[in-house]
Amino acid sequence: MRKEFLPYSKEIIRHFKHPKGLGRIKNPSAIGKAGNIICGDVLWCYIKVGKNKRGEEIIKDVRMEVFGCIVAIGISSLLTRMVKGKTIEEILELTKDDILKKTGPLPPIKVHCSILALDALHEAIYNYLVKKKRKIPEKLRKVHERVVNTLKEIEKRHEEFLKLEEKLR
Amino acid sequence: MGMKVYMDYAATTPVDPRVLKVMRPYFSKKFGNTMSLHSFGREAKKALEDSREKIAKVINANPSEIIFTSGATESNNLALKGVAFANKKKGKHLIVSSIEHHCVLDSARWLEKQGFEITYLKVDKHGLVNLAELEDSIREDTILVSVMHANNEIGTIEPIKEVGKICREKGVYFHTDVAQSFGKIPIDVKKMNIDLLTASSHKIYGPKGVGFLFIREGVEIEPLLHGGGHEFGLRSSTVNVAGIVGFAEAAEIARKEMKREAERLTKLRRKLERGVLKIKNSHLNGHPIKRLPNISNFWFDFIEGEALVMYLDQKGIAASTGSACSSESLEPSHVLLAIGLKPHQAQGSLRLSIGRFTTKKEVDWVLKVLPEVVERLRKISPFKGKWS
Repeated sequence: MRKEFLPYSKEIIRHFKHPKGLGRIKNPSAIGKAGNIICGDVLWCYIKVGKNKRGEEIIKDVRMEVFGCIVAIGISSLLTRMVKGKTIEEILELTKDDILKKTGPLPPIKVHCSILALDALHEAIYNYLVKKKRKIPEKLRKVHERVVNTLKEIEKRHEEFLKLEEKLR
Repeated sequence: MGMKVYMDYAATTPVDPRVLKVMRPYFSKKFGNTMSLHSFGREAKKALEDSREKIAKVINANPSEIIFTSGATESNNLALKGVAFANKKKGKHLIVSSIEHHCVLDSARWLEKQGFEITYLKVDKHGLVNLAELEDSIREDTILVSVMHANNEIGTIEPIKEVGKICREKGVYFHTDVAQSFGKIPIDVKKMNIDLLTASSHKIYGPKGVGFLFIREGVEIEPLLHGGGHEFGLRSSTVNVAGIVGFAEAAEIARKEMKREAERLTKLRRKLERGVLKIKNSHLNGHPIKRLPNISNFWFDFIEGEALVMYLDQKGIAASTGSACSSESLEPSHVLLAIGLKPHQAQGSLRLSIGRFTTKKEVDWVLKVLPEVVERLRKISPFKGKWS
C-alpha cells in the first residue's frame, strides 16, 4: 500500500480491494438512494426481503451501487456483509457508529460516507414498507425526511453557488 | 504483480542519474558556505555562479537576474507578494488567471486580505485566457499580471508571448509560472517580455527543494526572507549548493535534449490518447493542440477518480485525479471547473503525465489495464450509460 492512502483503515482498504455485494439485484423488493452527484458520492441500495424460520422479515440479499471514492466503496461493501440475514428491526437500529466500529477510524471528512451508506439502506427499507403499505416507524420517517431535505438543501446550495459564480463573472 | 508504471511526471520526477552524479561531491567534500572567504567558500560560490549561468541560458536571461529559492511555491509567493509590497505606491491591483497553481491563487487571496485587489481571469473550455479580457482588466493602478505558461492539470499552453506584449505596452509587470513547461518547450524572457518567471527543479529530473525566480533587471521587488543578504539580498538563507548544482545540470540536460524529447513524448502521448479515447464515454480535457508534450487529462462518465487512481495503483500504475474525494477540501479541481466541467464530470477525471523514462511498452500496459479498471468501476456505478 502506498503511503498516501494510509489514512484509510486496513478494513476499508481490504473491502475496497476486494469488494463484496456491489452491483444490482434483479427484481429487488425495494431500492434506496442517497447522495447527489452535485456534492459527490451517490449510493443506491437494492434489497431483497425474505423471511427467517421464525417468520420475521429479513434482508435476504442486499447489494449496493456506488459512484464514489475509496471509502464509499469500502463502506458499501462492508455494510452489505453486516446486514445480510439481519431482520428489518435490527437494521433500523444500526447507526453510523456501528459501521465506524467495524471500519476503524476514518478521516473526519470521510465520515459522511458511512452516513450515506446507511441512509441508502434505510431508504430502501422505507420504500419497502411504503410499497407494502405498512406503518413507518417514527425513527425511519425521520431518516427519510432528513435524506430528502439534505438533497433539497444540496440542490438549493448548488443553485446559489451557480448564481454567485455567474455574478462574479 | 506485473509492471510498475509511473505516469505522474507532472507531480514530480525522479532525479536523473547524471544529475545525481554531479551533485554528490557537494554534500560532504565541497560543502562550503558560499559566503565564506576561504577556499571551501570560494569553491561553493563558484559552483553557485556557474549554475546561475547554466540556468540563465535556458531562458535567455542574464545570470544576475536568477534568484535561487526553495521551489516554485516560494518563487510564486516572492513574485506576487514581493512585487505587491514594493509597488504599493503605484497601485494595489493584480491580475491572475483562474487556473493558476494554488500557490499563486492563495498568495493572491492573502494579498486581498492585506488590502490589494485581485482580478481573476476566466479561461475558455480549453483553458486559454482571453487576451481581450486581460487588456480590459488592466487599470491605472494595476501592478502585476500573472499567467502561467502551461497548466499543470490539463497541460494547456497559454499565449504568454501575447500576454507579455500587452503588459509591456501597458507598463505592467508580467509574471509567469513555468514550473510545468521549463525545460520542455522553448522559453525566452526577452522575446516574451517576461519580467518575472518561476521554475522548479523537481519537475525536470532535478532534486526537490530547489527552484528559482527570474527577476528582470530593474523590477521593483521586496524580499520575503531577510537575513544574511544571499541571492543579491533578495533571498537570505544559506545557499543549497548541492541542490542548485543538480538543478542547473538538470536544466542543461533538458535544454540540450528538449527538441528530441518533445517529439518523442508527443508521439507517445498521442498513442496514449488515441487508445484511452477508445473507451466509451471518455473525454479529453485541455487544448487539443496547444498542449504540453507530456500531459493528458481525461474524464470518464459515471465513475469517480480517487477509486480509479487506487485501482490503477493496484495494477502498478501511478496517476492522479482532480476528483473532490481525493482533495482535502472535498472540492473538485478548480482548473476542471474553470474550463466548464460540472462537478460530477470533474469527479471522474484522470491525469496521465509521461516523461523521460516512459516507454512504449508502458503506454501499452496502461492501455490494457485502464479500460478494464474503468469497466470494473462502471459495473458497480448506479449510473448506466446516462446520468439520472
